[in-house]
Amino acid sequence: MASKISFDLVSPERLLLSAEADMVTVPGTEGYMGVMAGHSPVVTNLRAGMIDVSIDGKDDRYFIRGGFAEVSPAKITVLAEEAIPMSEMDLAVLDQRIKDAEEDEIAAKTDADRHKAAQLVDDLKLVRAAF
Amino acid sequence: MATVKEMRTRIGSVKSTQKITKAMQMVAAAKLRRAQVAAQNARPYAKAMQAVIANLAAGVSGPSAPKLLAGTGSDKRHLIIVATADRGLAGGFNGGIVRAAREKISALLAEGKDVKIITIGRKGRDQLRRTYGARYIESHEVGIKPPSMALVKPIAQKIIELYGKGDFDVVTLIYSRFKSVVTQTPTVLQLVPATVDGPEAGKSAFYDYEPDEDTILEALLPQNISVQLLTALLDNQAGFFASQMAAMDNATRNAGELIKALTIQMNRTRQAQITKELIEIISGASAV
Repeated sequence: MASKISFDLVSPERLLLSAEADMVTVPGTEGYMGVMAGHSPVVTNLRAGMIDVSIDGKDDRYFIRGGFAEVSPAKITVLAEEAIPMSEMDLAVLDQRIKDAEEDEIAAKTDADRHKAAQLVDDLKLVRAAF
Repeated sequence: MATVKEMRTRIGSVKSTQKITKAMQMVAAAKLRRAQVAAQNARPYAKAMQAVIANLAAGVSGPSAPKLLAGTGSDKRHLIIVATADRGLAGGFNGGIVRAAREKISALLAEGKDVKIITIGRKGRDQLRRTYGARYIESHEVGIKPPSMALVKPIAQKIIELYGKGDFDVVTLIYSRFKSVVTQTPTVLQLVPATVDGPEAGKSAFYDYEPDEDTILEALLPQNISVQLLTALLDNQAGFFASQMAAMDNATRNAGELIKALTIQMNRTRQAQITKELIEIISGASAV
């Protein structure tokens, strides 16, 4: 594969990764989406899940808790609400997030909020199952 | 003329003040480094966010555009968010922000607009309370921990809730932008309707949207407010420590000068006293 796509993963606290990647797989709200160089421009919401990045044949994994991705043919930018490299991740952190989300679901005032929190709980549980 | 003993106590007290300012300067310097890194780390996210919104804004216009982006079509009622630090002893840091806030508020009032205020940080709350206390909606404190999403989320939610109810037309944030360790400029930033400028403005790429533009903007715009607030608070934090470091450095130096002057004065007084006693003894002896 000749061309690469430049990939930025940022969370509000820091810039986690900025690299030239062969392929990036992001958890879009409409399903997982693999992005390679030359992808048509798209902006998508992301759900909680895993981002897979392959750089020079090596794969990296990041956990994200929702966010957005902006894709253009040469560049993909992921704006995660929270992002943690898989190497720094452990089950205790994940369980805490699930608990928080469940509390949000109970405390939610509107149906839209409740639905959003429930969705987050489901997504996080999926991640946990895969972990 | 003060006695030698009085002067010695005075020197002692200036010395202990100097020790405190010196310690505060070093603490501020250590904290500044961390705050600076945090502020810089938050920038890419805010910048990327702005770029995405600028892109989206170019594509979305007309009556269907979300209010957070397009505004209510009026600018009668303003909400001003004043972000300062909790503590003082940082030179003109808080004063500068408060002055910028006063100018903005009185300019708006002079135009006959309605102004309400939310303050973040204890100093801003205290300094503006006397003149504008009746306009307060709520006040927040920054706290001891570094600013985080957890701190700004409730404030952003409050803003969005009030805006959603139609209480305001324009929301403005006033904070101190951290340019470098020596310069921090009080900055007035319009949060709502979202300002779209910079190199990305008007440059619309033909994006596909998943699920669709409205859903994305609906999630993106509130997030943008939190992020702008967070960036502002992180900038404030870094600016505060830089300012405090400079102020305490000054104070330490001033104390040093004061100690020097007082010591000279004390030595002179002591010497004068000794001379006087000698003269008394000699004249007493010659009288015998």
